[in-house]
Amino acid sequence: MTTPLSLDQVGILLDGRPIVRDVTFEVTPGQVVAILGANGSGKSTLLKALVRLNPVSLGTVSLFGTPLPRFRDWERVGYVPQRSNLGTGVPATVREVVASGRIARRRPFLPMTRHDHDVVDAAVDLVGLGGRAGHAVATLSGGQQQRVLVARTLAGEPDLLLLDEPNAGVDHGSQMAIAETLGGRADAGASVVVVLHELGPFAPLIDRVIALREGRITYDGPPDQLAEGAAHSHHHLGSDGGRVAPPMHAPLEGDR
Amino acid sequence: MWDLLLAPFMIRAVIAAAVTGLAAPGIGTYLVQRRLALLGDGIGHITVTGVALGLLTGTSPTYTAVVIAVLGALAIELIRTSGRATGDLALALLFYGGIAGGLVLVQLAGNGAFSLQAYLFGSITTISYDDVVVSLVLAGIVIVAGLALMPQLFAVSHDEDFARASGVPVWFYNTLVSVLAAVTVSVAMRTVGLLLVSALMIIPVATSQQFTRSFRSTMLLAMVAGLVASLGGVIISAFANLPPGATIVLVSLAGFVGTAPVGMVLERRRRARVPYDADALPLHEETGERHRHVHGPGCGHLAIEHGDHVDYVHDGHRHAVHVTGDGQHYDEH
Repeated sequence: MTTPLSLDQVGILLDGRPIVRDVTFEVTPGQVVAILGANGSGKSTLLKALVRLNPVSLGTVSLFGTPLPRFRDWERVGYVPQRSNLGTGVPATVREVVASGRIARRRPFLPMTRHDHDVVDAAVDLVGLGGRAGHAVATLSGGQQQRVLVARTLAGEPDLLLLDEPNAGVDHGSQMAIAETLGGRADAGASVVVVLHELGPFAPLIDRVIALREGRITYDGPPDQLAEGAAHSHHHLGSDGGRVAPPMHAPLEGDR
Repeated sequence: MWDLLLAPFMIRAVIAAAVTGLAAPGIGTYLVQRRLALLGDGIGHITVTGVALGLLTGTSPTYTAVVIAVLGALAIELIRTSGRATGDLALALLFYGGIAGGLVLVQLAGNGAFSLQAYLFGSITTISYDDVVVSLVLAGIVIVAGLALMPQLFAVSHDEDFARASGVPVWFYNTLVSVLAAVTVSVAMRTVGLLLVSALMIIPVATSQQFTRSFRSTMLLAMVAGLVASLGGVIISAFANLPPGATIVLVSLAGFVGTAPVGMVLERRRRARVPYDADALPLHEETGERHRHVHGPGCGHLAIEHGDHVDYVHDGHRHAVHVTGDGQHYDEH
C-alpha cells in the first residue's frame, strides 16, 4: 500500500515571506495525525498547500506516491475547509451542498447514479443531519454547517482526509459528532490529517501529534508525550528573554 | 387586439423575449452565487463596440456582438484571475473603453447614435427572422449548459476552493459561466437592450430566492419569473407604445416588489428557526498575572504585531488585550 501523504523538506512562501519551513513527515494508511499550533504557526497554510490552494515553494509533497504536480486522483483526497459563510448567496439545501462533494467522482452531463444518491444520504446521516437534508444551509447553526462541510467531503469517499480546524467556533455536540465520524473513517482505513488549535474532543482518536511553531515542526510523536512547551497554545519566548524575532533563515538559504 | 399580437414582428418579438427571459435568469443564478451580479452589465458595455463594428462593416450586429461579448468575457475572466488589486480598475477601463469605442465607431459608420439606440435599449421592430433563429440557438445552448452542467457549475460557484481541491478544472467552468453570460447578453440585446440586460439576469433571481430553499428550485423559479416578466413586458410595451426593454425590467421589478412582503415574512420565520450554538467554546486563555498598568505604546513591554492586533511581552509570555462586556483582561497568545 502506498503512503497516502509524504512531505520532504517542504517550505512555503507567501508574498515572499516564509510561512512554513523545512517540514518533513509521512502519514501511513489509517493514521490520524493532528497538526497543532498557535495562530500564525503556518498549520492552515501547510494544509492548503497539500491541495494546491497554496504553492509549495521548496521541497516535495507526494500524495499516494505521486508528486503533487503530477497527481490526478483527486477523488482520493478529501479537503474540509475552515467554515466559510455558507448562508450567503443563492440558497442551497444541506443535501445539495453534500452532493457537491461527489464532484470529483462524477462526469459532466451524467446524472447522479443510485450509488451517488446512497453515498450522499449516508454522509448526511453520518453527521447526524438526516432530518435536515432538505433544509437550507443558511438555517443551520454554525456547528451544523461545519458538519455539512465534513459530510460533503465524506460524500467523495476519500482515502485521505484533510481538515482545517473543524472545531473552531463549533458547539461541543457538533465537535463530538465530527470526531466520532472521523474515527469511523480511520477505522475503515482512511488516513486523517486534522489541523487543530487544541485537541479537545478529538484527543481519543489522535495517533500522532505534529506541533508547528513559526512554520517549523517542534514536536512529532504520540499525543501523550507532547512536551509541556509544545502543547501550549500560546507563544513562549525562550530563555534569552528579549529575543523576539523568530529564528528565521532566508528562504533560499537552505540548510546553512 | 389580436391583429397586433399576431403580427409577424410581434410573434418574433415574443419568441425572442421568451428565450431571453428563460436564459438570462438561468445564467444569472450562477452570477449571483459567484458574487458577480454586475458582470452582465460589464459585458453589455463592452458589447456596444461589437454592435458598432457590425454597423460599421455592414455585417449583422448580432454576430459581431456575440464575438465581442465572448472576447470581453474572456478578458474579464483573465483580469479577474491574474491580479487582485488592479482587477477592479482594469475592468472599469474595459467597460468604459467598450462603450466609448462603440459610440465613436457608430459615428464613423455614418449611422449616428440613433441606430445604436435599438441595441442599447432594445427594440421589438428591428428583430429579423434570422435574429430569432440565432437567438433560439444561442439561448438554447445557454439553457442546456446551465441545467446539464449544474453539478459542476454549482460546485465551482458555491465553494471555489473546495472545487479546486477536488480536482475540478475551476478556471474552465468559471470561464464557461462568463462566456455563457456573454452569449446571453448578445441574445438579450434585441429585446431588453445592452444597458438593461443585467437587470433581467439578476432581478428574477432576487425574486425567486425569497421563496426557495434549494439552488435548483431557485434557478428554475427565477427562469419562470424571467419568462413571465419578458412576455408581460413585451406585450404591455406593444399595446402602450412603451420601450420594450425598460417595460420588461419594470415588470420584473414589480414582481420583486410585489412579492417582497411575503418574502420578508418567510425570511423572518426562517431566521427564527435557526438554532444557536449553546456552548461554543471560546478559544482563549486568560493570563494568570495581574496587570498594574494598561499595555500600550511606551509601557515598557515589547510590542509584537500578531495578526490583527498587538501582543505585549510580559515575563516571557505574549499578552493581548481582550475587551469583554464588563471591562478587559489579557489573553495568552
